[in-house]
Amino acid sequence: MSDAKKYVRPYGDTTGDGMIQTSFTLPVPFGPKADGAALQLANKMGMDPAMVVHSNPIGDDFTFFVVYGSVKHLVDLDEVKVVEREYPLLSPSEVNSALKKVLRRKLVVVGGCIGTDAHTVGIDAILNIKGFAGEKGLEYYRELKVVNLGAQVSVPELVRSARAEKADAVLISQVVTQRDAHILNTQEMSAAFREAMGDRRPLLVAGGPRFDPLMAGELGVDRVFSRGTTPGEVASYLVHAMQEKKGVAA
Amino acid sequence: MALLDLDPSVVATARELAARAAEPVVSLAKAHTTVAVERATLRLAGIIGADSTHRAGDVPWVNRVIDTVREQCGLEHGVVLPAFHALRQHNLGSLTELAEATAAGQVQFTIPTGKDLTAARKASTSAVAKGLKTVDRNKVQRDKLVAKLGDPAQRPWIYLIVATGDIDEDVVQAKNAARAGADIIAVIRSTGQSLLDYVPEGATHHGFAGTYATQENFRIMRAALDDVSKEVGRYVRLTNYASGLCMPEIAVLAGLQRLDMMLNDSMYGILFRDINPIRTFVDQRFSRQVHARAGIIINTGEDNYLTTADAVDAAHTVTVSQLLNEHFAHEAGLPDHLLGLGHAFEINPKVPDSFRLELAHALLARELFPDAPLKWMPPTKHMTGDVFDGYLLDGFFNLAGVLTGQSILLVGMMTEAVVTPFLSDRDLALKNVRYVLNAAGSLAEDFRPSPDGLIVKRAHQVLGEAVDLLERIVDDGLLNAIADGTFGLMKRPADKGKGADGVVEKAPAYFNPASEMLEASDV
Repeated sequence: MSDAKKYVRPYGDTTGDGMIQTSFTLPVPFGPKADGAALQLANKMGMDPAMVVHSNPIGDDFTFFVVYGSVKHLVDLDEVKVVEREYPLLSPSEVNSALKKVLRRKLVVVGGCIGTDAHTVGIDAILNIKGFAGEKGLEYYRELKVVNLGAQVSVPELVRSARAEKADAVLISQVVTQRDAHILNTQEMSAAFREAMGDRRPLLVAGGPRFDPLMAGELGVDRVFSRGTTPGEVASYLVHAMQEKKGVAA
Repeated sequence: MALLDLDPSVVATARELAARAAEPVVSLAKAHTTVAVERATLRLAGIIGADSTHRAGDVPWVNRVIDTVREQCGLEHGVVLPAFHALRQHNLGSLTELAEATAAGQVQFTIPTGKDLTAARKASTSAVAKGLKTVDRNKVQRDKLVAKLGDPAQRPWIYLIVATGDIDEDVVQAKNAARAGADIIAVIRSTGQSLLDYVPEGATHHGFAGTYATQENFRIMRAALDDVSKEVGRYVRLTNYASGLCMPEIAVLAGLQRLDMMLNDSMYGILFRDINPIRTFVDQRFSRQVHARAGIIINTGEDNYLTTADAVDAAHTVTVSQLLNEHFAHEAGLPDHLLGLGHAFEINPKVPDSFRLELAHALLARELFPDAPLKWMPPTKHMTGDVFDGYLLDGFFNLAGVLTGQSILLVGMMTEAVVTPFLSDRDLALKNVRYVLNAAGSLAEDFRPSPDGLIVKRAHQVLGEAVDLLERIVDDGLLNAIADGTFGLMKRPADKGKGADGVVEKAPAYFNPASEMLEASDV
């Protein structure tokens, strides 16, 4: 009984029955043909036998279905590989209390769009309290002090502000990618920080839809975030980086 | 019918405090203009189009003119005097020609005096009057269409959102939504548009999580909804956003294209977008005057407070904000029937009696603002991705809406915070609303909360807390209260924030025909 199972199937009301439930819409007018089409799709999805338990028209051209059925597939638990993020995803209150513990003061974040880029969509999604994807931006975090420099910030201005604010982390956003502007701008930025501050430079974080997270080294920054990144991921990373820096176990 | 037995003297005190809190801000708003107000004025005077040759991409002509005028002679006298003076001096046919000449560096703007001043005043007044006439005609046209096609058969009106990023896709979705029962279509704007200090031009197809608000997009969507209104036999209303750095301009474009409702909050931009407070209050006043003239219902954004703060602890901040929004709106000439004050169903469903508390808050808003078309916003914060749970929560939200007589119901999606709604999600959400309306639409008739029960007590408590907070705001000053983080936890000093450099103190000889005509039309 207690042996760790290697293979599992979905559980409806009996072990091994493989029962699942799904719903979808097909661009087919409501009627017997639509139900048949839904059944065919369910079969192709591996549901066999499948039952179209409900269908109803949505307008003249679409039909919505609820389908129950048993899937043939087995899940091999040994083959399940989970990508481990090197840091845990924290809630805002966890971020706040972790920062309080590590720093005993607020963590200062300076952010902006560098170069000629006027698209503040990305940096605002991360920094503005309004946030992104249902998550509040970094401004919402009590233990973060956020300075958003906005658009078209020059590199010298960014370095100056980071110094004046004693920034722990600098976030830059790059949306425009014509002639690799996002790469060149970011490299210029990281070089300027290295030159001006050496090892005492703040944590450098670059974000933008066309960045590849593997490019951090090439860009000279500590971390790269790509499309779809939420404020919570960035905040959790900042906590992780601060803990590393101070040699605190997570 | 009053169910809460609110003490009229407490309600009167609350309104009086709101008025006192708002007073210094209204004076500030009257004493300043902004680049956005001036741009809105020129748009009313007829300027259109954009400079497509600029290296930074399309720059609206109106921005080119305002920026140059500001450089050459300042904006403290308003833009129309130097602009219309230059128009006559250079013998140009239109403001757009003036903009082209400005971009080519051929125009030197100066403040006219003597006869030139009289001429510039006259010419600008008649140009702006023409723009306002279009706004007036649109209002008449809306009234006519409503009379002919009719309003929705039921209250609350059903409000649905579309947000594809592509205006052509939006049209398809909006028409389908109207056929499925939506009374109001809101087109969500592209992420980040509120922080653009210009209004993009033309039909757009590439928004981020929403579609850019442009005059052409407004026109396209209104025309599509006029078509579908005829088909469904009721006037389908269109909503967009007069918020952010271009609030006054977008209000003007809405008036010119017969939009019906606009999101327009007095403090949202300050708190949630870090826009300069003075800029916001100046822009807000002008935009509300335009909305009043255009017969546009404003929607305020109190729901946002509850997404950042706890919906029980912060319930009274919603009431305070509603009272402030009401005062600012009245001051700008908006009557009660155009005040879509907002509130939301955001209490954590795990809190005991959460539904009773929601009813208390919703009834309080209903009884404080009996003649306002209140906008009831669905749960977002506690939608987890478990769509089955979410569907139930939305059902309770709908029930609270009909039971407490809300006027506009924003349809909740069970896929909130998961994906942009599927066709089927929207269909199921509307089914949910229809079921509740059909099953319990008249339940209010039988609903009498016990005079010493939780609902009544809670409503009294929230109103009391609101009065306390208003007292503190009056003592402290509204701008200081905002700076100290009283609302939504955000600290916003009056001299900071985006767009602060676009605020200009008016000179004694400041002239703006739009402001003069709009003040005169105040009720």
